[in-house]
This record gives sequence, structure tokens and C-alpha cells, in this order.
Amino acid sequence: MNALLAAEGLSLHFGGVAALSDVTLEVPEGSLLAVIGPNGAGKTSFFNCLTGYYRPNRGSVRFAGRDITRLPPDQVAALGIRRTFQNVRLFPRLTSRENVLAGAHLRATSNLVAMLLGTPALRRQERLLAEEAEHWLAYVGLAGRGDVLAADLPYGMRKRLEMARALIAHPRLLLLDEPAAGVSSVEREELADVVRRTWESGVTVVMIEHDVELVMRLASTVAVLDRGRLLVQGPPEPVRQDPRVIEAYLGRRQR
Amino acid sequence: MLHHKASPVRSWRAAAPGAAVALAGAAVFPLALGSTYVTSVAMQVEILMCLALGLNFVVGYAGMLDLGFAAFFAIGSYTSGLLAVDAHWPVLATLPVAVAASLLGAVFIGTPTLRLRSDYLAVVTLGFGEIIQNIVNNLNQTGGPEGIYGIPPLSVGPLTITSTTGYYYVFFVLVVLFVAVSYRARRSRLGRAWLAIREDEDTAYAMGIKVRRYKLYAYMAGSVLGAVTGTFYGSAFVAIAPPSFGFNESLLVVMAVSMGGMGSIWGALLGAGAVVAFPEVFRQFAQARLLVFGVALVLVMVLRPQGIWPEEGLRLGRLKQSARRATRQLTHWASARLGAR
Repeated sequence: MNALLAAEGLSLHFGGVAALSDVTLEVPEGSLLAVIGPNGAGKTSFFNCLTGYYRPNRGSVRFAGRDITRLPPDQVAALGIRRTFQNVRLFPRLTSRENVLAGAHLRATSNLVAMLLGTPALRRQERLLAEEAEHWLAYVGLAGRGDVLAADLPYGMRKRLEMARALIAHPRLLLLDEPAAGVSSVEREELADVVRRTWESGVTVVMIEHDVELVMRLASTVAVLDRGRLLVQGPPEPVRQDPRVIEAYLGRRQR
Repeated sequence: MLHHKASPVRSWRAAAPGAAVALAGAAVFPLALGSTYVTSVAMQVEILMCLALGLNFVVGYAGMLDLGFAAFFAIGSYTSGLLAVDAHWPVLATLPVAVAASLLGAVFIGTPTLRLRSDYLAVVTLGFGEIIQNIVNNLNQTGGPEGIYGIPPLSVGPLTITSTTGYYYVFFVLVVLFVAVSYRARRSRLGRAWLAIREDEDTAYAMGIKVRRYKLYAYMAGSVLGAVTGTFYGSAFVAIAPPSFGFNESLLVVMAVSMGGMGSIWGALLGAGAVVAFPEVFRQFAQARLLVFGVALVLVMVLRPQGIWPEEGLRLGRLKQSARRATRQLTHWASARLGAR
């Protein structure tokens, strides 16, 4: 099986609390996996383990055949994994364009002498990157907002800007932590559209999302986490019907 | 509908006319005024501008509070001064050595400490500044409390610079050079990485930015500018002594950067001007002049916490707004007073 990302037996404890217990999950290349589950199920902890922010107590993470369990976030990023954050983390006092450009850090070359002299080659690179930044801003629906400070953007736009910042890196794997949480229904559709287009362009996507209807529409696979355990993984419809999932969300019927 | 305008200082083209006027003004200034006192005060402004631009890399760009910046100024000054006086090197030839010594200091102190978060880093850098000052104050080789004197003047080719006006122009060139470097760095990959770290370190990490390494780069960049300034400082004043490189000097530089507007090049220049000019202008208050200076400082911080010329631009609209509000309040107050009489 050609899994792009494979977590095996991931366990993470905070003191006595088990945030993740023995989570084994594979993400085939080109799939769109939605991770759902009640609050506190360990979804964001799972992301943090995948991207080097947390070190799991047990288990391993493999990406494109390589063990990335102990890599720090910057090295994980260098392999082609990008993420967004649940609570939108932008660089507030930078403009939208600069935010996106910061995302292109690893694609730009850097040379002190060239920088100080402002060589034509460097200028060309900067111009091309700036043009590409405009492209990604337009892609997420922020055309013409390049000069606005990120802090001055309304919430929905900030979520989109975060996506543009991830996309300019040309990631192989994109991890989205609740891309549509807290936005209006119109904006949710737009964000869903951005996710779909990105997936269709060949990027493998893993998305944490609470909106079940949205998940059913977008995802090719759904994984359900509950209290740190992987409950079930499979195609959207059967997962939705699964009694264990219904129980996790709604509780068991009292007899 | 949202309405946003691009900030006015983001491109050279927008800043060019203002910059050209300021540049021309500064260039002819000593010739026009001709007073040695004014020229020497102006030179002090320039020196602080240079240091402020250096610290701006650390505090303004990378967001690390450095309370010992004078250490690099000292390392540059002393390295250059010792080589020039004891080994009879031409001052210009000492420059690379001074820079190298300062870089060494930056790497030595920065590597183990830059992982610290802001407040702790401030304490460490404060200590570093004190250590350097104590070393030069106690070492026989550095002249102890008396420092080094008889530092030869700067000579460039056939030109030997001895007058205050001459050094005014030396530092003038330095300021222009430092502004250019700051500007280039700010708009490069390097500068974006620094600002990303300042804004949100953990997120910068997720962009693939090697946070610790880039913090060290910022510290090193600052140290280079500090050392270069220090090298020319020795020649300009002929003698150097430990008191010029203490916590007070570090604090003045931090004040210049934060008063001007952290991360803002024009802010650093204005801040340096204000920090030197305020006490000079308030000389008439004699004993109370530092008090007046303190009050002025607090006023700036209260009325304009983002600095006189903040990074995101002046936003003249807002300035006009607050001016209008202040005028209204003043008229109100005045008419109430007059009415009462």
C-alpha cells in the first residue's frame, strides 16, 4: 500500500491523561482524510504529533517512507508537510502578502552578498515569488488584499490567508485544523471549495472538521477519534452509520 | 465595506521625496549652520542612529529584547582602538578585526542564550553588557578606567579626517549605509524570517524557518553594526573610556528604537534624534532637564505606544484625527477657563 503518511501505535500522555492511545492510521497519497470526533478526542494532539510539535511517548510517524517521529517542526516542513492552526496563527503585523511570502521561506534562496547588493537574479526571484503570492491570495479569494495587515482582516479572511500561506510552499501533504470553524455559511462554502480544488490539484489533505455535513461531502475517507483512540476509519457513509460513531457523539441509550 | 490603503513607507517610491529632502538637509546642515556645538550634537545623533539601526535588527526585526547592546559598541571600539594605538594599524584596517571580534562575541553569548524567551534574554544580555564593561574597566591592557587615548584619526587615501564636521560626514555616510542595509534585509527572505519569528515563533517554525539560527543571525547583524560604529567612534573622539559603554548607553539605544517605533527604520532615526535632542533642547531647565526628558518620554509612550513612526507607516489619517481631537479638547478647556473669568 502506498501510504504517504502512516502513523503507527501513536500514544501521547500529558501526566496521567492519555491524549492519544495507540492510534494507527494510514493516509494514501492523493486522498482527503477527514478526522472527526468529539471535543477533546485528541485530534489536534494528533496533528501536533505528526508535525513535530509534540513528541509521542510511543509509536512512530512515517512520511513518504521516512521516519519523521523525532523531527522538529522545521524539518517536517522541509519534507513537504504544511499545516494550519485551529486558532488561526498568522503574523499579525505583517501584510497579507508578507504572510504568504513567509510561507515560501524554503522556496527562496538566500545569499548575504546577493541580498546586500540587490543582484538582478535575486530581484527576479523576489518578483516571481511576489507574483506567486498574488496568485495564492487570489486562489483563496483575497485578491487585492495583499497590502492589508493580517491583523486588520476579518476572521474568515484570516483563515483563508493561513491556507494561502501553506499553499505557496507547494506541500505534498496539507493538514488543516478546522478550516471552516466559526465562519459564516457562505464563507464555509468558499473554504470548502478551496479545500476541494487543492485536493483535486493533487495535494493530499488531512482535515480536522466538526461540520459532519461538510465532511461527508468532501472527504474520501473519514477517521473517527474518541478519547484518544481511533474508533473507526473508512468511507464517509458507512462511518456515519456506524453505531460506535453515533454512540461517541450522542452517547449510549440508557436501558 | 472595508477600506484599506497601503501604508506609506512600504516602498521606496513612496518614501523617496521625504527621504531625499531629509538627506539633502542633513548633507548641507553643518555648512549652513557652522556652529561646532550644533555639529557635534548632530554627530552624536548620527552615532545613536547607527546604534539604533543595529539594535533594530535584534529588537525591531527579530523581536528579542537586548539590554546590553553597548557591549558590541565596546568590543568594536576597543578592538579597533588597541590595534590602532598599540600596533599602529591604520583605523580603517582595524575594521575587519573589530567586526570579527564582535561577531565572535555575538556567537559566544548568543548560541547558548537565544533560545530563552524575551524577559530572560533581556537579563542575560544585560549581564553581557555589564561583563564587557567590567572587563575593559579592569584590564590593564585596555587602560582600565582611563581607557585608551591617542586614537589616530581616520584616513582614507590622502584624506585625514580631524574635524568634527569631518566626522559628521563619516557618520552621515554610515547612517545612509546602515539604512540601505536595513531596508534590503527587511525586504528579503532573511527579514521576513525575522519578522515571522517576532510575530509568532512557533508558527515560524512550521514554515520551515530555523528559528534559533535566524535569531542568532539577527544578533550577529546587530553586533556588526555596533562594532562598525564603535570603530569610527574611537577616531572621532580620540579617546575612549568604559563609562561610554555601560548600561546607560544600552538603554539610550533601546529608548531610541522603542520611542521611534520598533522595526521601523525611520522610527529608529527619529527616535535617536529625539533621545539626543530632548536633553539638549531642555538645557534651559538645568537641574530639571532629565525630569522634563522623562516626562516627555512618558508622554510619547502614553500618546503613541507604537512609536513616533511605527513600522506599519504613519497613518496620517489617524494622526490628523487625534490632532483634531486634541484641538477640540483644548478649545473646550480654554473656553471654559475664559468663561469662568
